[in-house]
Amino acid sequence: MVTVTVNNEKRTTAASTLFELLEILDYGDAVVATAVNGNFVPQTMRGETLISDGDNVEILAPMQGG
Amino acid sequence: MRTFYGETLNTPFMLGTAQYPSPAILADAFKRSGASVATVSLRRESSTDKAGQDFWQLIKALDVKVLPNTAGCHTVKEAVTTAHMAREVFGTQWIKLEVIGEDDTLQPDVFKLVEAARILCEDGFQVFPYTTEDLVVADKLVNLGCEVLMPWGAPIGSGMGLNNVFGLRAMRAHFPDIPLVIDAGLGLPSQATQAMELGMDAILLNTAVAKAGDPAMMAEAFALAIKAGQLAAASEPMEPRDMAEPSTPLLGKAFLD
Repeated sequence: MVTVTVNNEKRTTAASTLFELLEILDYGDAVVATAVNGNFVPQTMRGETLISDGDNVEILAPMQGG
Repeated sequence: MRTFYGETLNTPFMLGTAQYPSPAILADAFKRSGASVATVSLRRESSTDKAGQDFWQLIKALDVKVLPNTAGCHTVKEAVTTAHMAREVFGTQWIKLEVIGEDDTLQPDVFKLVEAARILCEDGFQVFPYTTEDLVVADKLVNLGCEVLMPWGAPIGSGMGLNNVFGLRAMRAHFPDIPLVIDAGLGLPSQATQAMELGMDAILLNTAVAKAGDPAMMAEAFALAIKAGQLAAASEPMEPRDMAEPSTPLLGKAFLD
């Protein structure tokens, strides 16, 4: 188990990769973009991006903008 | 009309998607605006309500070009990372690059803007830089590969109109072949007309429409005003002069004194 921050909320998870983390958190097929520790992680790299204790994960989606 | 990275727009109107009273009013405003481009953003997505997914469906249904922004970014790294995330989510190379330098005016930090534009242009992005009317900065942006410039009219959300008409006129003269988009600061349709009369190529605005009592009606008002200014600029307006000159011919006038 690792403890990570996801969108500014602390979470303890059994996920070992970013892909697994999104599955566990129930993002499913949602259109989202991801970053770990401030670095963009493309969708194709989520399966091989390992999650470590203390990581900061951002999961973003389309939103209103000007 | 000029093209924007090879894209011809049906109308020179780019409309923001923020601050509307409801999604239905947003959609109605877009319909009446005839806007060709919608600006959008990226924000944290909750796994429970997934609000972003509904919003994305709404935008796709508008059938307009999407221009993602880097709003709220204060550093080069933030802006560049946001641009990469936006490119994946929205499936476009277009990015409205904002790097804010000062919170009272939301003035762009032009030094960071230039650096972020350099990185993104090298990476294949088609950058729409939110900048000031500073010609030196604009030259740097163009030399880095920006094919569009977006000078501010006034601070974002202020509704003040065109704060520096001379600066914008100088920009138009200095960059006759670069599409110029007035981005931010407009409050009234007459200000959009003025911008188009100066020879600007498009108008980007949000708050003036979204915060009007009737956003859809205001959207149409802006559409008409933009069209009026566009036609006026294309029709080669007369030069102003100091003294009067009669418009009614004197030839054939009766002697009645």
